[in-house]
Formats: sequence, structure tokens, C-alpha cells
Amino acid sequence: MNKILTASLEWVDTRFPLTKLWNEHMAQYYAPKNFNVWYYFGSLALLMLVLQIATGIFLAVNYKPDAALAFGSVEYIMRDVEYGWLIRYMHSTGGSFFFIVVYLHMFRALMYGSYRKPRELLWIIGMFIYLALMAESFFGYLLPWGQMSYWGAQVIISLFGAIPYVGEDLAVWIRGDYVIADATLNRFFVYHVVLVPLILLALAAAHIIALHEVGSNNPDGIEIKKNKDPKTGIPKDGIPFHPYYTVKDIVGVVVFLIIFSLVIFYAPKMGGYFIEDNNFLPADPMKTPEHIAPLWYFTPFYAILRAVPDKLLGVVAMGASIGVLFFLPWLDRSPVKSIRYKGWIFKLALTLFVISFFGLCYLGMQAPTPTKTAFTQLFSVIYFAFFLLMPWYSKIDKTKPVPERVTD
Amino acid sequence: MRRLILALTLLLPSMAFAASGGLERLSADNDIMDKASLQAGAKLFVNYCMGCHSAQYVRFQRIGKDLGLSEEELKQNLMFSAEKVGETMTIAMDNDDAERWFGVMPPDLSVIARARGTDWLYTYMLTFYLDPSRPMGVNNLVFKDVGMPHVLWERQGWQKPVYKTVTDDKGNTHQVVIGVDLVDKTDEAKAKADQYKKDVRDLVNFLEYIGEPAKLERHRLGWKVILFLVIFLGFAYVLKKEYWRDVH
Repeated sequence: MNKILTASLEWVDTRFPLTKLWNEHMAQYYAPKNFNVWYYFGSLALLMLVLQIATGIFLAVNYKPDAALAFGSVEYIMRDVEYGWLIRYMHSTGGSFFFIVVYLHMFRALMYGSYRKPRELLWIIGMFIYLALMAESFFGYLLPWGQMSYWGAQVIISLFGAIPYVGEDLAVWIRGDYVIADATLNRFFVYHVVLVPLILLALAAAHIIALHEVGSNNPDGIEIKKNKDPKTGIPKDGIPFHPYYTVKDIVGVVVFLIIFSLVIFYAPKMGGYFIEDNNFLPADPMKTPEHIAPLWYFTPFYAILRAVPDKLLGVVAMGASIGVLFFLPWLDRSPVKSIRYKGWIFKLALTLFVISFFGLCYLGMQAPTPTKTAFTQLFSVIYFAFFLLMPWYSKIDKTKPVPERVTD
Repeated sequence: MRRLILALTLLLPSMAFAASGGLERLSADNDIMDKASLQAGAKLFVNYCMGCHSAQYVRFQRIGKDLGLSEEELKQNLMFSAEKVGETMTIAMDNDDAERWFGVMPPDLSVIARARGTDWLYTYMLTFYLDPSRPMGVNNLVFKDVGMPHVLWERQGWQKPVYKTVTDDKGNTHQVVIGVDLVDKTDEAKAKADQYKKDVRDLVNFLEYIGEPAKLERHRLGWKVILFLVIFLGFAYVLKKEYWRDVH
């Protein structure tokens, strides 16, 4: 039996680099041994991608991308399809959890300087994944065809109308109609299930290839490749990804699934954060809801948009708030990567940034009042200052010496 | 487990949606596990609501299955125009007629409890009050100038508004409705109104159930899935520990 297997593998290996790929990416990919809890979120993001695609396929089988039928087809899935409710909740909860995981993954990179040389491109590919994910969730949120689906999309698409000269035409071109209508729903369905998933898969593959080319960063921000065993050429602080991190990531996956299940089974609406109440009212072009807010993972940027009194400048600010992240590798001038060896200035800056991000997230959900708008503006300024002042404060910040080898 | 989840949910700040209206929301305090209440609610729904409101995504058969009613019982008690148990709760009234009569098509109620919440529905059904300025002679505390008549008035008795005089920032005073009070205050009328509260609780309970029939199922399934994962976590952790023994 074993002989047959070995022979089969040899047969494949002479025709396809199966063993080579396995070794490069799993068995002989040496990852730093000092990963902490923050390093679970990469594999969890991959899990979420797979889960969203798997549940999405089941949903697409019963969903109807038709303005007259869409809302009803979702209810059909919830009631008449066997375990349709479970698949649907996995997908809707999965959307929010995907963003939670990705935000924590990005925060990890911020803390440990994972975007620094030589990982600039890895970071940029990751940012493109984030953009694709935002597009994916935006297109997907129209599909249940509830009031929030409809009016949320209306607000976001109308933002394109703020672009001088071509704006209005562009908005019509995106919608395929003068208002959000059947044509919009149909094309958004195609983008959501075909176009963006293809882009996401390609980008995710590129992200992993780039990661395995440069090697993983770690909580100490030390390049483990600089300290190799002279005989074997293996980094002294590295351990093979498989089996060490595969068995470790399984633990992370199970803990994650427990939390995920708690929400799916006991709080799938999450009090209106994951599925908004108004989305149980069918889309009605004649009735504008009193209060329109996007889902929580967009609200920080939506808050920045609203913080600027001028519509066009608001759109520019919102775009810039995401765009500035692309330049992060060149904004950070600190001699060290990890927060462990950075000084108090960076720690303070990061804390203020996190507070602002949560603040904006909250304020973006609220109806604006003068006080709330003032806070939104304050947090927006801190948000941008974190990035724009980074070349200065990261340079003058007092750092600690970085050890030769990773610490526990 | 359920208590833990409840605690976790309570920790979350309350949402913006809940804030509109400004009036105290009564607590429906209903229980979708209470089958007798659901059955009573179903009966009220088909007798009083389904004249105008559909629940077009809800099948009689599913109600029978979840509420423990046989096909015979369904046909005798709940199905007046439908013939087969596989049918959904649709109504005959068409859009044009509805708009002529009420100004608007009465909404489908399949998922109304998910959109409005049970407390809102409970408060809504209890706070109709006499208002001669409205075409149907009634207004509502939580849904101002609603087009719906007080269909269940016979079961509750009429209520009149309670006013309070307020002064706005410009110094003008005007009267606002802050509550409702029974017109007839005899013990008999009060007892009837109390019974009506129970009826509304059953009705709202039924609306919550049809809003998401899977809720009964997911509460039953959830803890099993989580129990499995917790046990699996033990094995996964031990496996990890074993593999990592030689990493220093």
C-alpha cells in the first residue's frame, strides 16, 4: 500500500510540483516560534473566506436576484429550505466576523510593524484584499432587498455623484438606472457571487505567496532569516509551519467557532449590529427611512465622510482615510518594527488611533447632532494625524534595543 | 448558557433605532416556547388581522408542526379561505381597494416582529386612543397618524388620550399626548382591558414566532453544536501541547 502511494506521488511530482509546493508552503516553511494570540487572525481570515464562499454557494442556489422576488426568496431560505436559516445566519454573521478578523489582523500588523521592509508589498496586497472585501460586502448587502439594503446602497452610490463633471453619469452607469432598481440588484448579484470572489481568491493567493517569499514577521519584529543554522540553513528561531502551526491554528479555529456559534444560534441579529431591524422591511423606493446607517464595519469611514461639511471634500476625505493606509510602510520611520521596542510616543499614538477608530465606528451609526459632529471631527483629525505625523513622531520616538533572537 | 448570552447581549450599548418615539415602551414579555400562547395568538391573528394583513411567507403546515396542531385542527381553526395546508397566509384584498380604504396597503406581517420588535408591537396594540380628527377615529401613541383602525376595540374598550402642556423653545405652549386612559372605568371594563393585555401578548408572541420559525430550532440546536466544539477544543489543545513539547 505504502509503495503504491509513494509511486503515485512520484508520478505526480514528475508532472506537477506537488511535494515541492507542500514543502515550500507547509512542511518546510519556517515560521517564527514566538507567534502570540494575534497571529491566529491570518488563518482565521482564510477560514472566513472559505466559509463565506461555501455558504454563499448554498444561498445562491435558492436566492432570486429579482426586485420582485429577492426579499421573498430570502424568507424562503429562512423558512422552507432545510437548514436554510443556518446557512443564511452563517453567511450574514460571517460577513461581520470576516471584518472583525481582518481588523484584528491589520491591527496586529500595526503593532508589530508587519508592513515594514521587506513586507511592503505584502501589506499592499493585503490592503487590496481589504478593498475587495469592502466591495464584496457592499454588493452583498443589497441582495436581501430590505429597506437598509436599498437606502444604504442609494446613499453610497450617490456619493459618486459628488465627483465633478462625470459624477452623475457615473452613478447612473453603476446603478444601470436612475434609481436603485432591478437592474442594480441583478448586476450587484453578479459582482457579489462571481467578480469580487474571483478577485478575492486571486489576491488571497498572492498574499500568501508574498508572505512565504519574505517570511512571517513576529511580535519582536526580528528577521529570523538573519540568524540561520550554518549547517542546515534553517532559521534558528523558525519552526516548520506544518505540523506546529497547523495544530496550533486548529485550537484558534475551534475557539473562534465557539464564539461564532454563540452569535449564530443565540444572537444572529446581534441587536441590529449584524442584521439591521429595518432590513426586515422590504425595499420601498417611495419611503426613505428616518435614519440610514451602513453596517458597523463601514461606519468609521462613513463618519469621516459626514465630518466634512462639503460633500465632495467629504468623499475625498473618506477615500483618503482608506488610501493613506497604503502608504503606511513609508510613513513609519522608526528604527524598530515592533511596539515592544518602540517608545511611548508610538504607544500613545496607537492608543489614540484605536480610540478614534472605535469612536468613529460608534458615531457613524448615530444620527448627527452638533456635539456628535464635533466629536466626529476630533476623531477624524486624530485618525489622519496618526498617519500623517508618523514620519515625524516615529523618528523622534525613543526606542529600546532589539535583541538578536526572538523572546518568548 | 442562555443567561450568559443574555448578559453578553445586555453589555452591548443599545442601538440608535430604539430611540425614536420618545415614549416609554411597554414590555411584551412574551415567550415563544409557550405553545398555548402561540395557539391563542394564531387564532387572534387569523380572526382579526388577516382580514387586511397577509403573512405571505408563512405556511399553515409549518404552524401546525411547530404549534402541535393536526391538519384537522389547522383547517377548523386557522384556515378560512385556504384549502391546502401547504398554502401560505395570503389575503384576497387587492392593493387598489386597500389604498382607497386605508390610504395605504396594510403591510405583510410575516417579519414585522423582526423589523419593529415585540415591545413596540405590544405597545402599539395597547395604545390606540380616540381622536376624532383621524379618518378612522383613532390615533396611536407609538405610530402617530396610523391608517389602521382599532380593530380589537371590542376586546379592549375605548381609550382617551392623556395630555400634558409643554412649552417649546420659542415660548409657545401646546398640548401633547403622553399616555392613554380607559374611557369606561368600571371594574368590568378594567377586567376586560386586562384580558386584552393577555390577548395582545399572545398575538405578539405569535408574530414573533412567524417572524422567525427557525428560532425554536436554533435554540435547540445551538448548545449541542457548542458542546461538541468545547469537547473538540479539549482534544485540539492536548494535540497542540503534545506537538509543541520540543519547541523551546
